[in-house]
Amino acid sequence: MKQLLTGNEAAAEAAIYAGCRYYYGYPITPQNELINYMSVRMPQVKGTFIQAESEIAAINMVYGSAAAGGRTMTSSSSPGISLKQEGISYLAGSELPCVIVNIQRGGPGLGDISASQADYFQSVKGGGHGDYRVIVLAPSSVQEMADLVYDAFDLADKYRNPVLILGDAQIGQLMEPVEFKKEFRENLPQKEWALTGAKNRNRKIIKSFYPVKGELEVFNAKLQNKYKEIEKNEVRYEAVNIHKADVILVAYGTSARICKEVVRKSHQFKFRIGLIRPISLWPFPSEFIREMSERARCMLTVEMSAGQMLEDVRLAVEGRCPVHFYGRTGGGVPTSLEIIKKIVEIMPKNRAAKTLLQFAEVK
Amino acid sequence: MQAICEKPESFIDTPTHFCPGCGHGIVLRLIAEIIDAWGIRDKTIGLAPVGCSVLAYNYLDIDMCEAAHGRPPAVATGIKRVHPDHFVFAYQGDGDLAAIGMAEIIHAANRGEHITFIFVNNAIYGMTNGQMAPTTLVGQKSATTLSGRNPSNDGYPIRVCELLSVLEGSSYIERVSISSPENIRKTKKAIEKGFKTQKEKRGFSLIEILSPCPIYWRMDAIESMKYIDEKMTRTFPLGIIKDWE
Repeated sequence: MKQLLTGNEAAAEAAIYAGCRYYYGYPITPQNELINYMSVRMPQVKGTFIQAESEIAAINMVYGSAAAGGRTMTSSSSPGISLKQEGISYLAGSELPCVIVNIQRGGPGLGDISASQADYFQSVKGGGHGDYRVIVLAPSSVQEMADLVYDAFDLADKYRNPVLILGDAQIGQLMEPVEFKKEFRENLPQKEWALTGAKNRNRKIIKSFYPVKGELEVFNAKLQNKYKEIEKNEVRYEAVNIHKADVILVAYGTSARICKEVVRKSHQFKFRIGLIRPISLWPFPSEFIREMSERARCMLTVEMSAGQMLEDVRLAVEGRCPVHFYGRTGGGVPTSLEIIKKIVEIMPKNRAAKTLLQFAEVK
Repeated sequence: MQAICEKPESFIDTPTHFCPGCGHGIVLRLIAEIIDAWGIRDKTIGLAPVGCSVLAYNYLDIDMCEAAHGRPPAVATGIKRVHPDHFVFAYQGDGDLAAIGMAEIIHAANRGEHITFIFVNNAIYGMTNGQMAPTTLVGQKSATTLSGRNPSNDGYPIRVCELLSVLEGSSYIERVSISSPENIRKTKKAIEKGFKTQKEKRGFSLIEILSPCPIYWRMDAIESMKYIDEKMTRTFPLGIIKDWE
């Protein structure tokens, strides 16, 4: 049965479906629908809801419940996610599974409360200290928010690693029909590594401290091997109209929705436009982008930032074709016409635009 | 022959990283004795945060969890909510609990979490070579207060027990010391009361233990025990500050 929910509410309900019974949060716009929803829903399923005293406390409560073997989640928006970074580094360093939802808003600093994609670097390049990675999934619709949050719990457990859901104010707050198609999970099996009390077994320690020289390097090598496995197995992307495209747009989340509109309009101006929409931002679909860059005239990365994912696209392309950028910052959202203008601007430079443009008539 | 005194079973037989004359070994041993006597090794989870207390998990043979600096009350909350019938305790120092982790301890107390906090107060940052702690006495010398703690710049030592006792969620709060065999016995009793508090789901319990750090107090072991009795207890008076019984 389809329900009409905001992206924030869909994320919360999907977590409940996935068996998450420990939620810790702190109010911040534009993710408030999520914490509000959890405060009502968690008691209904005999779960734990705590409105923590701070973002820092919330992520550390997540750490505790993860160490004890529960499925656990927290959510916030950009400034709050910055506060959680120490905790995320500890979670990664202690190999604890959990799900963190970031409904991005404009920055830096207090910024504003409108949609933004300026936390890409923070999300995929580390954020906290140390050589670690979190799996980053970016939904571009309410249904996809529900699907990805559900999968995030499985991925977190599979790899014993935090998973970050990277949305933005638009994805979090827009309402769309959503269906929870997957199994409603309860009473999940106990995790063999979790702290449950040393009953008829040796004790277990959850930690990220390796003071004996050499131990930490061995542990880091283990982490890096795990990350290689994730890069091999967990890349997700959507390709639209890709195979004969002259210009390939690369965009995720809200930006990708707008780019899809550009692709739909493209027949009106006789350019062949395709779209690669990374769904997993880490692991990044580098290989696919590289492959496509060999046949496209150029690529155009569209983001609600000053150009962050752009760097990963360029690293994937390695100069095989020009990679251009169009972005808006500080709560600005690109329109499809702005993107089309940018395409017109970059096309002649690649001598791909042989057709006369009736661009002004594009609606 | 009958053994009068033995190493507790849940105390791991290994050299510790503690300095000569340090009080941590005594406190950890008391915890191990209680775990043995109560037979609760299989349903106890301990927390070790950052500072000298971090390696507590090398000495206690129970499930243990590390926590980031100051965060044991939050991490312990997350654990206790998953295992509400287990004994959960956090082993924190003064910098961890009363400086960087002050917000977490106040709110854990305020929620009345059924967790026992063992707060080792030696009035110094031992792990980082002896800087001022939030509980450093007025006039006490440290690496960052070379001419003694000066309230006009450094503020005053914080009385954690008194501070937490005014919160409705806190149930059992006692300050003890390990300056003599008699005081050590009292400390053990206080920790047991803390465990009883959570067993009976009476809420938040905290035992502050005045403990020596001879190396960074620049004293010998015997002098530092005297220092606890004669100096520390003036700022931090011993006794039960709050009780549910």
